[in-house]
Amino acid sequence: MNDLLEVLRQAITLLLERDSATWEITRLSLYVSGAALGLSTVAGLPLGALLALRSFRGRRLLVALIYTGMGLPPVAVGLCVYLLLSRSGPLGDLEWLFTPQAMILAQTIISLPVVAGLTMTSIQGADPALRVQLRALGASPLQVTMALLWEVRSGVLVALIAGFGAIISEVGAVMLVGGNIAGSTRVLTTAIVLETRKGQFDLALALTFVLLALTFAINMGTLLLQQRLTRR
Amino acid sequence: MLRNVSKRYGKRTVLHIDRLTIHAGRTLAILGPSGAGKSTLLRLLNFLETPDTGQIEYDGRLIVHGRLPLTTLREVTTVFQRPLLLDTTVWQNVAYGLRLRGRVEREAVVAALQQVGLDRLDRVSARILSGGEAQRVALARALVIKPRVLLLDEPTANLDPANVTIIEEVIQRLRREGTTIVIVTHHLFQARRLADDVALLMDGALIEAGSGEQIFQQPRDPRTAAFIEGRMVY
Repeated sequence: MNDLLEVLRQAITLLLERDSATWEITRLSLYVSGAALGLSTVAGLPLGALLALRSFRGRRLLVALIYTGMGLPPVAVGLCVYLLLSRSGPLGDLEWLFTPQAMILAQTIISLPVVAGLTMTSIQGADPALRVQLRALGASPLQVTMALLWEVRSGVLVALIAGFGAIISEVGAVMLVGGNIAGSTRVLTTAIVLETRKGQFDLALALTFVLLALTFAINMGTLLLQQRLTRR
Repeated sequence: MLRNVSKRYGKRTVLHIDRLTIHAGRTLAILGPSGAGKSTLLRLLNFLETPDTGQIEYDGRLIVHGRLPLTTLREVTTVFQRPLLLDTTVWQNVAYGLRLRGRVEREAVVAALQQVGLDRLDRVSARILSGGEAQRVALARALVIKPRVLLLDEPTANLDPANVTIIEEVIQRLRREGTTIVIVTHHLFQARRLADDVALLMDGALIEAGSGEQIFQQPRDPRTAAFIEGRMVY
């Protein structure tokens, strides 16, 4: 118990030290995962809606790929993005390897299927007759989609939370494509791995505490938002 | 006007109509037993489905599905048997059709709600309404957009007499104002009360169509006579 309190004290001290690298690491974690979630949302909501509402050739294959993507090991994504961005790779000219951009790309690939897949199942859960009613009221296809997304907003929020949860906590992809470079690509998860390897368990635990507190705060905020949106 | 229109689901032809004219500014009641194709006909009339054969002419123009301008689509709307409301307030539900058209007129929403007697419930969530109230919201949502053609698919089925009266009064008002109305109903008396013209559908075929007077007083087809006299078991 005392050990735990000590960790907590240390975590708070870390955050209170203004020049501490912890802030920088936390900020980068939020930036990378936030940007990846943003991109996944922009692409994943329309993709999920498309898969739920339209039938077209290759739809089933795409759904199967998305379901597979929902359980993709981050380290596998990291490896593929690494090869893509390495100097001899097809996107080597971008010179993104070991930059936050590479980390954002990798994390987008991890969270996009989660956001798209869960959005799709949410919309599929809505009453199909409602679509017909909206069209009968004169809604264009885009307006029908927007109304349905709003109708299943609870499910869409869960999709976003799950998408964020999948990337804020992952270490395999950011480690490979970011390289865990201090002051440039080090994020909370990779810092925790590093400190553990160095035997700095106190610091590792303190960083873990920061990560958990951050995730908790974000989920709590989302939960409150969800309650507000679905209030009677 | 419908000409040789048919609709199949799978191998089953659910509707085949040689010729049916719906007159502008009049109210047509479509009668018939369950499974006669009445709802399918309404979906075709609202351009929600494409006929497998035949032609639909609207306002003198041939309808080409998939190439119908949104403005034409928006002249017709349907109130379904089951009120399908959005998970938001009553006010937002009624305003929805106007918002789609980019013009939310507060007064119009209030007036529509007053017509169905629900102006006091405007801030209430649509989820907590009774069946009758929900159907009245659905009707207000349709009439606020002032459709040229209003399609009603058994709008008062399963409702208590008080709600039926309110809904029929609104329909009567729209009728006087010259809205073209097509109402699918099981109730002969409702058809008598509300309709200028009557059409009888059975097994996907149009048995007889004509003015209410003619259909009720001098039905030409023996099946129509049997249906109207309540001798038809279905």
